[in-house]
Amino acid sequence: MGTQQIIESINAEVVSRELPRMDVGDTINVHCRIVEGDKERIQIFQGVLIARKGRGANEMITVRRIVNDQGVERVFPLYSPRIANYEVVRRADARRSKLYFLRDRQGKSRRLRDRRRGIKHVKGLPIAQR
Amino acid sequence: MPLTLLGTKLGMTRVFTDTGASVPVTVIQVGPCVVTQVKTNETDGYDSVQIGYGESKARTSTIPVIGHDAKAQTGPKKHHREFRLHEGEIGQFELGQTLTVEALKPFMFVDVSGTSKGKGFQGVMKRHNFAGQEASHGVERKHRSGGSIGGHATNRGTGPKPKKGKKMAGQMGNERITVRSVEVMQIDEERGLLVVKGAIPGHNKSTVEIRQPSRLYRSKTRRQAEHAS
Repeated sequence: MGTQQIIESINAEVVSRELPRMDVGDTINVHCRIVEGDKERIQIFQGVLIARKGRGANEMITVRRIVNDQGVERVFPLYSPRIANYEVVRRADARRSKLYFLRDRQGKSRRLRDRRRGIKHVKGLPIAQR
Repeated sequence: MPLTLLGTKLGMTRVFTDTGASVPVTVIQVGPCVVTQVKTNETDGYDSVQIGYGESKARTSTIPVIGHDAKAQTGPKKHHREFRLHEGEIGQFELGQTLTVEALKPFMFVDVSGTSKGKGFQGVMKRHNFAGQEASHGVERKHRSGGSIGGHATNRGTGPKPKKGKKMAGQMGNERITVRSVEVMQIDEERGLLVVKGAIPGHNKSTVEIRQPSRLYRSKTRRQAEHAS
């Protein structure tokens, strides 16, 4: 076993957790576990996944949403036990791996093309299926 | 010197605790170390144990090392370390005995020593965190210099010599560094792995010493006592 495999095996259990497929550009719901005293509740943070960074247990995701016309970005460790669940709300077409350009966008241009509309330009498809 | 083992720094990663906190950790491959010599008060004037770690090829070893390690029924070792024992502890060790990470099980904290990464010849700003001098206001070609190194009145009386131990530019890193009482997060006896909290000196694959802690401050002493019971 190589050195890297040994290091990865330290947190293999954490990384083996099953997650839905999330690509950059997707709108996702992050279910955060919030502990208040001895009570625990779940808070949902919905936003666009604009970056994935790191490998294995070190992987971090950046989620951006707009609150009161103010951009808010949160960075989560992907495999953190403090996150109960992930949900993909909408899939979108992104042509780059880091969507930092969204920070400069205003209004309608902030939206990303839907994944389903990505087939718009396929040749030979009848118009009805577009 | 307390119980010492040798190991190899493998690298860093993170683990998540039960509460979900992310903890940076270093993974160390510990041992197996072989007791290559037991020194006793009668024969050597003091009680100590010498351990060997790391396989070495016979053709790259010297005859004295091969012969010395052969007495412990083992091949030549790359590294040897000796640690002193308190009186009466000598019976716990015998020639040829193998020490593994299991020996560290009673300890919740360990000391780790290694050779830090070499940074070369560095100026005072990087080496000693000096502030340097101003970017403008008449400073010329002296922006990163340390300023005056001594003058008329030093601890050597009046004279031309700078103070002993004056911080100046020079070799940085590549020296022996000890980090004390680092927390043990996990022990994998099967593979001989020790996972400690935080960073330890040296680059990956460097040889490090792992010792039982020389002393702990109060809260760690209490946690160690709880761990032992």
